[in-house]
Amino acid sequence: MVWLNQVVQGLLLGGLYALFATGLSLVFGVMRMVNLAQGDLIVLSSFLAFVLAGDLDWNPLLTLVILIPLMAILGFAAQALLLNHTLDSDLAPLLATFGLSVIIQNSLLEHFSGDTRRLHAGAIETESIRVTGQISIGWFPLMTFLVAVGLLVALQLLIRRTQIGRSLRATSDDRRAAQLVGIDNRKVYGIAAAISLATVAIAGVFLGVYSNFSPTSGPSRLLFAFEAVIIGGLGSPWGTLVGGVVLGVAQTVGAQVSVGWGDLTGHLVFLAVLLIRPRGLFARPELV
Amino acid sequence: MSTSGATSSDGALVPLLEIEAVSSFYGDFQALFDVCITIGEGETVAIIGANGAGKSTLLATVAGLMRPAAGDVRFDGRSISGLPAYKRVPLGIALVPEGRRIFPSLTVAENLRVGATRGRPGPWTLGRIYKTFPLLEAIAGRWGAALSGGEQQALAIGRALMGNPRLLLLDELSLGLAPTVIKSLYAGLREIKEEGTTVVLVEQDVGQALAAAERAYCLLEGRISLHGATSELTREQVIGAYFGL
Repeated sequence: MVWLNQVVQGLLLGGLYALFATGLSLVFGVMRMVNLAQGDLIVLSSFLAFVLAGDLDWNPLLTLVILIPLMAILGFAAQALLLNHTLDSDLAPLLATFGLSVIIQNSLLEHFSGDTRRLHAGAIETESIRVTGQISIGWFPLMTFLVAVGLLVALQLLIRRTQIGRSLRATSDDRRAAQLVGIDNRKVYGIAAAISLATVAIAGVFLGVYSNFSPTSGPSRLLFAFEAVIIGGLGSPWGTLVGGVVLGVAQTVGAQVSVGWGDLTGHLVFLAVLLIRPRGLFARPELV
Repeated sequence: MSTSGATSSDGALVPLLEIEAVSSFYGDFQALFDVCITIGEGETVAIIGANGAGKSTLLATVAGLMRPAAGDVRFDGRSISGLPAYKRVPLGIALVPEGRRIFPSLTVAENLRVGATRGRPGPWTLGRIYKTFPLLEAIAGRWGAALSGGEQQALAIGRALMGNPRLLLLDELSLGLAPTVIKSLYAGLREIKEEGTTVVLVEQDVGQALAAAERAYCLLEGRISLHGATSELTREQVIGAYFGL
């Protein structure tokens, strides 16, 4: 029962990792661009929520009504003003996002010092449903998981059913052919970056309530996001969710074996997937 | 025939497409040398020439995928040399590119609908395309990645038509396709011409191209080696211009 409980907790933790990974996966899928600042942008969102919640005396979850549009605008602007100028080279986008990562980390250190912080969302943080004697499901992890599922469903519908989604896929397939049907690929990239950072806003707030964060927490979030995307397979929203869940379960079960083994087990499972299915569990064949 | 072409100040009809002394380069390699071509609205014009003569470069320059190093491209009396490809689509320029470049992760129907993203209103709708190319309706739900060459070519033409272009540029329409498929594509082309659409046809299959077009230009190593009405060109003239004899 202890083990089953760990699996349940890992599954729910996977929802948080899926939130970390969604934006990364989308941006890579559309632009073939690896956003090395993903983790720091998540932590930036946590800090922005911290400031907003403090100043307005709001529940941090409520700050999402401001943060989602704010981060979306930031994403569109960063793409239009900076990243669109780097896309003709393979290395430049990596360097540019790495530079953003350094800038964000150091600005956060400058303003907030290196102290760890936490967002306080009230009673929902600690309340739980007791399923059996040894298994209980926390309301907040459950909510995180459901938000991740809801976000991925919404994203899947957007990509599969709407004109924006068709433009995103067409540009991802062949940007010159997309131009020939009248699609401005730079604008499409801006939209992809905006959607990506909207998901980053959600990831940042849920991270901040779930655990402590500090200006230097970004890179490890990036690593988990990467692992979730690679385990699940590029370009597949459901793959991202499964990747997050596999990583989460590996970590919690590993931690049950020995407290220090949590993250390590996650990394080992990631390496095992790379060895056995290098394209991930749910890769879209046409992307490879 | 459409009569929507612009008129100049003295009242004369302005040609739909004017390519004026265009030179284009790939790096140091010059692909086009001072090419001049004028095409009136409603015409079908063939551009023939050997591999590497500059035919595809010419179409890419008109569509906006390449910028000319010198010269000007005018559409409906207006210079479009500075416009990127996606801004030429709403003006009414559509290119069916060599290799078709169907979007593999879109279905056939989605490939067609994406063609209407920034297009103009006009006679070409999803229903009309399915009527002209019935094979597309049968495979509407199939992924672009899973099509035969003929299906891809019909879809590429349909996708371009969804934007209701005034000028349709067809690059290597029949390359690599079975004769029966080519025949049905050219039957579709007749319907397109009947709507008044101006067509520029690049072909290696010279006989097919000359039969379908009213006028032809022959390119040889980036220069125009011959042009005239297809009814007046002799076989010897064409062979000479094609091979540079």
